Amino acid sequence: MTQNRSSPIIDARHLTRRFGDLIAVNDITFSVYPGEVFGFLGPNGSGKSTTIRMLCGLLLPTSGECHVLGFDVTRESEQIKQGIGYMSQRFALYEDLSVWDNLDFYARVYDVPSDRRRTRLAELVELAGLQGRERQLTGELSGGWKQRLALGCAIVHRPRLLFLDEPTAGVDPVSRRRFWAMIHDLAGEGVTVFVTTHYLDEAEHAGRIGMIHDGVLRALAPPAELKRTALQGQLLDVVSDAPLEAARILNDAPGVRDATVHGTDVHVLIDPETQSAEAIASRLRAAGIAVRAVRPIEPTLEDVFISLIGSPDDRRPVSG
Amino acid sequence: MPARVVAIFRKEFLQIRHDRRTLAMVLVLPIMQLILFGYAINTVVDHLPTIVFDEAGDADSRALIGAFQNSGYFEVQAHARSAAELRSLIDAGHAKVGLHLPPDFGNQVLRGESGLVQLVIDGSDPNIAQTALFAAGAVAQARGADIASDSVARTGRSSPSGGIDLRPVVLYNPSMLSVNFMVPGIIGLILQFQTLLLTAFAVVRERERGTLEQLVVTPIKPWELMLGKLLPYTLTAFVAATGAVAGGRILFGVEVTGSLILLGILSVVFLLGSLGVGLFISTISQTQAQAMQTAMFIMLPSLLLSGFLYPRETMPLVIQQLSLLIPLTYYLQILRGIMLKGVGLEVLWPNVLPLAAFSLAVFALSAWRFQKRVG
Repeated sequence: MTQNRSSPIIDARHLTRRFGDLIAVNDITFSVYPGEVFGFLGPNGSGKSTTIRMLCGLLLPTSGECHVLGFDVTRESEQIKQGIGYMSQRFALYEDLSVWDNLDFYARVYDVPSDRRRTRLAELVELAGLQGRERQLTGELSGGWKQRLALGCAIVHRPRLLFLDEPTAGVDPVSRRRFWAMIHDLAGEGVTVFVTTHYLDEAEHAGRIGMIHDGVLRALAPPAELKRTALQGQLLDVVSDAPLEAARILNDAPGVRDATVHGTDVHVLIDPETQSAEAIASRLRAAGIAVRAVRPIEPTLEDVFISLIGSPDDRRPVSG
Repeated sequence: MPARVVAIFRKEFLQIRHDRRTLAMVLVLPIMQLILFGYAINTVVDHLPTIVFDEAGDADSRALIGAFQNSGYFEVQAHARSAAELRSLIDAGHAKVGLHLPPDFGNQVLRGESGLVQLVIDGSDPNIAQTALFAAGAVAQARGADIASDSVARTGRSSPSGGIDLRPVVLYNPSMLSVNFMVPGIIGLILQFQTLLLTAFAVVRERERGTLEQLVVTPIKPWELMLGKLLPYTLTAFVAATGAVAGGRILFGVEVTGSLILLGILSVVFLLGSLGVGLFISTISQTQAQAMQTAMFIMLPSLLLSGFLYPRETMPLVIQQLSLLIPLTYYLQILRGIMLKGVGLEVLWPNVLPLAAFSLAVFALSAWRFQKRVG
């Protein structure tokens, strides 16, 4: 999986975290290399936030070890802090402070020298597109503005490594697009970005993806490679007049690994040895369903995700 | 001061400016309390601790002392050996009332003259002083009537000028104004509640909004955060307390008779404890509502039992003992001692020691807990 010969900026080995009986993060091992945009993908409650919190030194691992920027997260978390930026899904801003005062506060906390502070702040205001709103109270900003301001606060000290925990939750699509443009700009400047999300379309922005479910790392690869290799079998798109009924019938059919509804279509993963598009179509027609088309398709990340861990909203443990 | 402490300090003030409720708490509440409590509160008093200096030591003087004791309003605690001792026991707060019977009290009574008695009253709490004054007057009058009838029985003729001549002296607060009693109490209350509540809220608010987590990811150290949180509210508490002292003087003419410097120093000792309790609450509360509930557990007993509203002398013994666990109890004695009586450390040390011990212990414990919880 090593794409980069330089030493990893995040190096997690058998990282585990328990809360009582619950194993939130279960023996995960991965590395992130300088300059990467690393996407950490998983449903709610899968262990994404717990992992990111351990990497930032907010939470101690129960076992395993992890180095961030070359420092041990358990013993040297103080050395890590000046070199990382962290933005949580809650946009930890002071709503009763103005845009400028928020930036200024974090600049002071990160010891940005006073002679450089004004220029840096002006830069961040421009980056976030908040010119003319410097004196506005943060609480009055809409979600997208807050999100960009929170990012500004997280990078006020020019960290080499940026952690984003579900940064786009609750933000409109236009703002999300704009936000990702900012992330790519930062990556272009050499900042390593570790971003968690449960939006599958967003994961496509990442250079590499780790898929986590129930605390277990299920896959780790670039998006294109995941789509090519993660699925065992052939993916078919079935267009019919009764998708729910079709999915139910196909899930019981031999040689079908999985059948799930995607909008008005059904995506069916078959074993090409024992099943075919023609057989699928005739089985459905026999059940009285009008089939308009059955055609092989390229899997999306969503297909990969579902085949690996079940539906994104399904929090039941995967059997087997 | 380290830059990051300044950063927090600065931010707290910026936030106070935008937060009208906190602003009101700092500026308006003290004056409101001053006016409300200064004018409104009244209480019932009995079993006042009383010191007797009986120079006569005869049957008549003992009969009068017995009458005081039996009235239920006075509880004779001890006998003084001099007028100075009597006065110093009142200064130290061991007694609220002093009864001084001169050597020739019995002779005066025997001669059919009025027996001269001096009544010394601690006027810092006007309720106590009023009650003592009226009760003593009633006792003296009743006893005077008894003496007169005894004398008629003994001599067969009525004595026109018999009875007891009670000469009251009200110490510290001669005009017996409630407000003289309330103003020091209000200062104690302001210092305690402002620091305790605002400190707890300032930390818990950050936890509630997720900014505390954000701060923990920054290089800020727990002690820097703690200091940055504590200093602004110490400062506002001092401003509010100064306002209350000034307000007490301008509105009600209450002067500080003792040392302002000593008052300031001992106030810092008291503040340390309140800040500590505030910090402690912040470590066990997830939301501001929880912090408020927890604070109520501490504030209500302080309000009711410390002697702020109701004189501790009127409370059952068990409650009086319990009130010794409340720091405000000691601080109120110190405040009233310095402001009204003008006494110094030589008298106040029995209050200063437990207060200092409490403050240091609570502050150390809370600071340690805070470091662990936040770090």
